Amino acid sequence: MSESKEINIGALKSGEGGIIVSKLDDLLNWARLSSLWPVGFGLACCAIEFMSTSASAYDLDRFGVIPRNSPRQADVMIVSGTVTFKMADRVKRLYEQMADPKYVISMGSCANCGGPYWEHGYHVLKGVDRVIPVDVYVPGCPPRPEALIGGFLKLQEKIRTESVLRPKALEKLMEKDAV
Amino acid sequence: MQFEGIKSLIEAELPGAVQGEDETSSPRALLIQKDHIVDVCKLLHVNEKTYFDSLSCLTGLDNGEENNTMEVIYNLYSIPFDLRLALKVELDRSNPVIDSVTKIWKTADWLEREAYDLLGINFNGHLDLRRILLPDDWEGHPLRKDYVEQEKYHEVKVKY
Repeated sequence: MSESKEINIGALKSGEGGIIVSKLDDLLNWARLSSLWPVGFGLACCAIEFMSTSASAYDLDRFGVIPRNSPRQADVMIVSGTVTFKMADRVKRLYEQMADPKYVISMGSCANCGGPYWEHGYHVLKGVDRVIPVDVYVPGCPPRPEALIGGFLKLQEKIRTESVLRPKALEKLMEKDAV
Repeated sequence: MQFEGIKSLIEAELPGAVQGEDETSSPRALLIQKDHIVDVCKLLHVNEKTYFDSLSCLTGLDNGEENNTMEVIYNLYSIPFDLRLALKVELDRSNPVIDSVTKIWKTADWLEREAYDLLGINFNGHLDLRRILLPDDWEGHPLRKDYVEQEKYHEVKVKY
């Protein structure tokens, strides 16, 4: 936060008052982007990269990313791998079970567009964005852990610009009137 | 017991069951008449000299419309004698039906379900013959040569 220079750290630590003034949007966005908890499920070889990204060498934990085993506790879904039509129904259901705000990272070529199965994969969904909305696409087959981390940073950037308070409907109306 | 020995054993016990052999396949294969497949398997399974106690693999094969046949291929293995043998059965493509060997080898359950799922081969006497890989409401059998994928599955376009 930009005001951080003016804060008396000593007062904060001792609990003797200390007030941080911020915008609600900034506070909410900061909280959301600093603890992106993904649903812990994997579909194919991308899941292996997802796992190694979470392991000690790449340490996804340092971004506040901790896999959860229930969609109810998760904020982001990483679609890591080939989505078959059979799985697509399940992916959609998992997404619907997640509480708002929720985000989706499509990881790897298969989830992005069907990947190597785009032509002859009768059983493969040609891109997970056909069943659920996707926020960030991570290219690669499979993407390296750095690429997945890049995807998370991109998602954080996106969340940073969000606003719960901005009167979007009004803005739209004014835009319409302006034309 | 070697391949020739197994062949003559079946011919002696079940005349008319062996229709020929396939030298090119590995392991070497006997072509079996489809009505005899359960008897042949039972014989190979219980005979003291063969004792094929393991069904390593069961696959289906579509030879296309020109040949108008389908095949079921059984890969057998005998653990005590270290013997391998393949059995091939030819079926009519327009009505591919064969007796199930699930009563002999339990593992045939899922293998036959796979052949049913992907090729539409029906196995008489299978107690639970439903799709194993594809969803239950899938249309068609994808490994058939004339398979055309459905346009939409659950309102989602299938093609790229």
